[in-house]
Amino acid sequence: MLSLTLTGLNLKNPLMLAAGIMGTTGDSLKRIALAGAGAVVTKSIGTESRGGHSNPSMVEVDCGYLNAMGLPNPSYKDFQYEIDRASEGGVPVIASIFGGCSLDFSEIAKSLDADAFELNVSCPHAHGYGAEIGTDPALVEDITHAVKTAVNVPVWVKLTPNVTDIKSIGLAAQHGGADAVVAINTVRGMAIDIESSYPILGNKFGGLSGRAIKPVTVKCVYDLYEVLDIPVIGVGGISDWKDAVEVIMAGAKAVQIGSAVGNNINIFNDISSCMEAFLQEKEWSLDDIYGMAHEV
Amino acid sequence: MRPVNAVITKIVDETPAIRTFFFDTTFELIPGQFVMVWIRGVDEIPMALSYENAITVQKVGHATSALFELEACDSVGIRGPFGNGFGIEKGHILLVAGGVGAAPLAPLAEKADESGIKVTTLLGAKTKDELLFRGRFGAAGDVRVATDDGSEGIHGFVTQLIEEPDRYSQIYCCGPEIMMKKVLDKVAPPKAQFSLHRYIKCGIGICGACCIDGLRVCRDGPVFSGEILKKSEFGVYRRNECGERARV
Repeated sequence: MLSLTLTGLNLKNPLMLAAGIMGTTGDSLKRIALAGAGAVVTKSIGTESRGGHSNPSMVEVDCGYLNAMGLPNPSYKDFQYEIDRASEGGVPVIASIFGGCSLDFSEIAKSLDADAFELNVSCPHAHGYGAEIGTDPALVEDITHAVKTAVNVPVWVKLTPNVTDIKSIGLAAQHGGADAVVAINTVRGMAIDIESSYPILGNKFGGLSGRAIKPVTVKCVYDLYEVLDIPVIGVGGISDWKDAVEVIMAGAKAVQIGSAVGNNINIFNDISSCMEAFLQEKEWSLDDIYGMAHEV
Repeated sequence: MRPVNAVITKIVDETPAIRTFFFDTTFELIPGQFVMVWIRGVDEIPMALSYENAITVQKVGHATSALFELEACDSVGIRGPFGNGFGIEKGHILLVAGGVGAAPLAPLAEKADESGIKVTTLLGAKTKDELLFRGRFGAAGDVRVATDDGSEGIHGFVTQLIEEPDRYSQIYCCGPEIMMKKVLDKVAPPKAQFSLHRYIKCGIGICGACCIDGLRVCRDGPVFSGEILKKSEFGVYRRNECGERARV
């Protein structure tokens, strides 16, 4: 009862693994697929291998996590093996990709065989990449269009909340031909160690994820749903089934789960069964609750 | 958790290349667990706890070199303890330690001995001077020694000291991966536990950088049963900080 079609992909449930979580190795993606995810998104892959920022690259803070991994990845030239391995999990594998310009993005997309692409134009802490691109509507449209031209699979665009008006960026993705937008990436943040005054993250600042940002997600999804014709995929702070239902009611066709996987590797099965029970009790379908908050 | 400020109270030179750093902070420790040690302004690295208030470190790279520059009264940030730690089995246990791999095994030997478990340790190092925690293992049970250069004990690898592994209720191993793989090949896998080393970023089971066959070394490990490792990439390849595979 949780199955759906999302940008042409058939999903057994609307719960996906978010990019950057357990996504560097094919085997870890496969593990999450076998643990009940409807689809899995890989770590963001670039044109060249990168080690990322120095540690600490992730730290738990109040109600969430701050991270600045710095886009570590083995490059697309060394990643098809991992995607193929992940596909053994039996659910769609979405390749998250990043680059500094539209040529980078299309080069990577053309070279990888995946069920869909998620364009990371929203990482808040990698110089020259991510949100430095994703805050400019013209660049977002240009990159989306370039990847759409390069591949024949769905293209999703992951948006940063660190903008004045996320709707304009979502519309730019839609104009560029995106099949869906994914909202939101982490919220820019920082933590300082008061014993030493050192910023804790190796990169000094990073992105906030986890429970703390869920209300930001709900608002961004709600706003994007109002203005876009393409589906919105909700991500950011979803930690249990109630969060998933809430974000779907805000207007997300499907959701992604990231940080919460750390403490509960079986979260996808847990959320599926609780969501099913809730829908049964309410006598609602998944489609009924999709965007339901806009009808009241 | 955010990093806890841990002040160094004492530094002990264990061997020419290995030092123990004692802190003013005590951790509730299951032997085999690790902490993330933040050398401010440099890096944060995973280190096994060798006492409830200490780590024992071999100087191998830029972060450990920076740690070796620190003195008593300096401080580091510590997150943890993290990971599962060793599962303690009753009976007569065998510890197989190679080099600085003795660090997480020494508190295990002491805890097992206190619980009335018989402990035998096979301790290996490159040379006599590099044998780590010989006294601690000796106080907890029998010790047999192997050195690469024959300066003490048998001349050869610690794995050559393994005899009749079946007579032990459990075998615990930590050391260079090649050595651990040799141990795995010699013993009954379900009766052996191995403490693994991988490139760890988040330390809390989220990022997946340390995964081995889908298992998170930082969260599902760092201690794994030989049964799990037998069918895995263990001893074959590891991943670098980019996630690229590299032969062990």
